[in-house]
Amino acid sequence: MNARDEVLRRVRAATTDVTDADPAQDSPIDWIYGRALPTDDVLADFIEKVIDYGATVTRCTADDVARAVADALARLGAASVVLPPGLPESWAEAIGSGVGVLRDDPPLGNADLDVVDAVVTTAAVAMADSGTIALDHTEGQGRRVLSLLPDRHVCVVRADQVVSDVPEGLAVLGPAMRRGRPVTWLSGGSATSDIELTRVEGVHGPRHLAVILAE
Amino acid sequence: MTARRTPEPGSWLGIPPFPKAAPGALDKAEQRRNLRHATTSIREKRAERADEVADWEQLRTAAAQIKDRTLRHLEGYLLEAEGAMTAAGVTVHWARDGAEANRIVTDIAHAKGIDELVKIKSMVTQEIELNEHLEANGIAAWETDLAELIVQLGNDLPSHILVPAIHRNRAEVRDIFEVQMGRYGAPAPAAMTDDPAELSAAARSHLREKFLRARMAVSGANFLVAETGTLVVVESEGNGRMCLTLPETVVSIVGIEKLVPTVEDLEIFLKLLPRSSTGERMNPYTSFWNGPTSGDGPQDLHVILLDNGRTNALADPVGRPALRCVRCSACLNICPVYERVGGHAYGSPYPGPIGAILGPQLRGMDDPKDAALPFASTLCGACNDVCPVRIPITDILVHLRREAVDHKKAGRPSAERVAMKAAEWAMAEGPNLERAQGATQAAGRVLRDRWIGPLPLPVASRWLGARDTAPPAARTFRRWWRDHHDEDDR
Repeated sequence: MNARDEVLRRVRAATTDVTDADPAQDSPIDWIYGRALPTDDVLADFIEKVIDYGATVTRCTADDVARAVADALARLGAASVVLPPGLPESWAEAIGSGVGVLRDDPPLGNADLDVVDAVVTTAAVAMADSGTIALDHTEGQGRRVLSLLPDRHVCVVRADQVVSDVPEGLAVLGPAMRRGRPVTWLSGGSATSDIELTRVEGVHGPRHLAVILAE
Repeated sequence: MTARRTPEPGSWLGIPPFPKAAPGALDKAEQRRNLRHATTSIREKRAERADEVADWEQLRTAAAQIKDRTLRHLEGYLLEAEGAMTAAGVTVHWARDGAEANRIVTDIAHAKGIDELVKIKSMVTQEIELNEHLEANGIAAWETDLAELIVQLGNDLPSHILVPAIHRNRAEVRDIFEVQMGRYGAPAPAAMTDDPAELSAAARSHLREKFLRARMAVSGANFLVAETGTLVVVESEGNGRMCLTLPETVVSIVGIEKLVPTVEDLEIFLKLLPRSSTGERMNPYTSFWNGPTSGDGPQDLHVILLDNGRTNALADPVGRPALRCVRCSACLNICPVYERVGGHAYGSPYPGPIGAILGPQLRGMDDPKDAALPFASTLCGACNDVCPVRIPITDILVHLRREAVDHKKAGRPSAERVAMKAAEWAMAEGPNLERAQGATQAAGRVLRDRWIGPLPLPVASRWLGARDTAPPAARTFRRWWRDHHDEDDR
């Protein structure tokens, strides 16, 4: 018997006590999926939670995003930045002349990305309660490696993308995941507590996360 | 024999059964201090983050129910996951045991001419001792999680599910990095102090070249969604994202209990797991993928669905809930036994309360080390209350204690069992008891009021070694009753 058949046979033999073949009827789940939290001010909650991770949040109007992106790059001391395809051209134009701008089109090699200071992306959805930003790596969000190798990540989130909590966020992401999109959740920058449980921000991923919230 | 390519790890084989290992662990004052500091701080954080969630108890109930549904209908969900992953372009393998899973990983590497790989922290690869198998087959496996790196470079063994180097303090970590990093890659900076930020920075530069060079990665998975074949890895440092993004090949070893039915089910687990585990509202990074994405990330994806004893636990309706475990380690952090003896005394990569129920179920009770584990608990029940998937840990411990005794009974009679047999005879009928009491009264008259200390008697010596006991009564209750009551009163 091959391994597949043997494992499945063992699983079958181990569950002979289960007589109702319908999982929903046999094992009910007392939960209502996709509910929002009754948060008064979802944006304020999101900002508070993101800042708690040691990241920064800048609020601006939708018209002001290009300038806010350029300011964030300057504040982070980025001398070079990579832009994924799909970002508004005005954002690139606003970036100061002292900052080298690379386009990931055609795709850059990993060695090139490893020496770029910063990346700018948009996001798919943001979840306030846990201060989490999700990328589904479609237009404007870049390949997974883009938001990984550069040391500073400027992430633009629209106010209408911010939901109260994880259940609402997963409801938004469900269709992309069912289409087979890879998804990455970011809650602050990379961190570790592996030495004496002392939190250290910035290990392998971007050490600085600057969120721009466009209202 | 060729030289090893990776540091030689410590050996679980050298660790005696828990009752013998625990006293040695208790003597390590430094380790006890490190553990008390770490577990105290992490359980306070967990409690704070759990309290923030209004429907925490409902989340725990739903999580237990989802896992039970999955386990009770596991064959169907496994087939669904296999179908979804295959359709998404993932090569699905099945492994009956660790040796088979290890062989599959080795074969994939050999077929590609790969002789080194990077690893995401994974309990299942610790369980099957993948690294040593790869080393024996000429493949170097580099741990990339900071704590796993400390354990690997320190020729050590993990002692905690979440923070495997929890028994080490910053000074020890500094010494390990200073000596070992240069032997296996980029050396530590010359003037490195024991500041955790500097130690983390040293790990970042030591591992960066390994990430960029790696052509293959091995991961576990926190969840596998049956409906979509989506794999989920939760992590903090970004080493997981590096491993899942940069190499061309990723092999994920997934225990068959890791399934959840739908994408939406993740809303429950992704709220419970980080809060229970690191005491954060959310872990810094979570990666979801099912199949290769053109032009983005690894193009050759493999999943190994592993049994390795899980169907043993599944077959026992009392022990089955142990398979709900999401490896958060909240039960370790709250356990008074774990806090004092640390993880190594449990003799396997799964320490603490969950290890005491999972180990004997996955591996059986033939090894005295596994048979001893259900007794490595005070049954205080604190673990039950923090478990995010409501595993009735103490119920399972009691159940396994019985199994351990039954298992022992199948072998030769022990002195303890002879004594129990004698007690059974004495207690069975009044006259028998009276006969036995003839002996104890005689002893009582000899000893009078003197307490009994250590005595060189079989069985009793082990009990009396740690306790003094009052002498048996010189007169039994039955005698006293007869002396104080007339026949008529009886």
